[in-house]
Amino acid sequence: MTMSEQELRLDGNAAAGLLQEVFVHEVTSVRGACARCGAVGEMGAQHLYMTPLSPGAVLRCTSCDSLLLVAVRTGGRLRVGLQGLVWIELPDEGAAS
Amino acid sequence: MDVRLTADDGYQTQRSYSIASPPSTDERLTLTIERLDDGEVSPYLARELHAGDQLELRGPIGGYFVWAPALGGPLLLIAGGSGSCPLMAMLRLRQAAGSTVPARLLYSSRSLDEVIYRSELARLVAAGSGLEVMLTLTRAQPPGWTGLHRRIDTEMLQSVAWSPAERPWIFICGPTPLVETAASALVDLGHEPARIKTERFGPTGG
Repeated sequence: MTMSEQELRLDGNAAAGLLQEVFVHEVTSVRGACARCGAVGEMGAQHLYMTPLSPGAVLRCTSCDSLLLVAVRTGGRLRVGLQGLVWIELPDEGAAS
Repeated sequence: MDVRLTADDGYQTQRSYSIASPPSTDERLTLTIERLDDGEVSPYLARELHAGDQLELRGPIGGYFVWAPALGGPLLLIAGGSGSCPLMAMLRLRQAAGSTVPARLLYSSRSLDEVIYRSELARLVAAGSGLEVMLTLTRAQPPGWTGLHRRIDTEMLQSVAWSPAERPWIFICGPTPLVETAASALVDLGHEPARIKTERFGPTGG
């Protein structure tokens, strides 16, 4: 990994606004599981690569560096790939409390 | 908090900033922004923005890098440069809530002049609620400085952090290299990764 890439890497927190466009909930405090290594962690704790490192937002697993989520704005659309997450755990608004 | 600026020609750009003020009922919030001379947005915000100008804001968003008195302590805060902003929000909330949770702030800055909130930190410490502040000045020290004067390292963290058995909540905010150094050193010292929360910032980030 080059120094500049390491210096420019952020945390998932910085994508909070973007992710809220995709999900109904605030998701930086939401847990998810990596499809490659199975590590479970909060989205805000994962590594985030944004411009100039990537054309959109790329979230990578802090344990194995595998791709979790990609969001790219293009042509008036926001394309979201969730291929690296086996599951995410959202607050259950329908649950009786 | 996301801040979006739109130029007269329609060009838009957006940045994420940490909120420095605690949750409150009045409709004000504080963002502390470090001016980067070669930056695109911060010189505008620091020099050209005037009272009464309008900004497009989105937020507050993000529930991850958050401490509330109910979470308890001890509370270990580690800041590099303007990474002190979200940590200041936590200390302001701790004070406003009358919390006496033991708290320590280790703040790395290039020089004393670059320490943000210096006088407010001194007041918070003087209030005697169990807050300790340790500064490390990495580039220039005033005459007679007896405090820390090197970059944050394992030895420094070992003397400042509570023992892993006391299970402190740890929040680290600063430039990516500082955050990674501090977080991995704390894990090596035996602190639980799940109790270490980080917020890295870069030139285009929050």
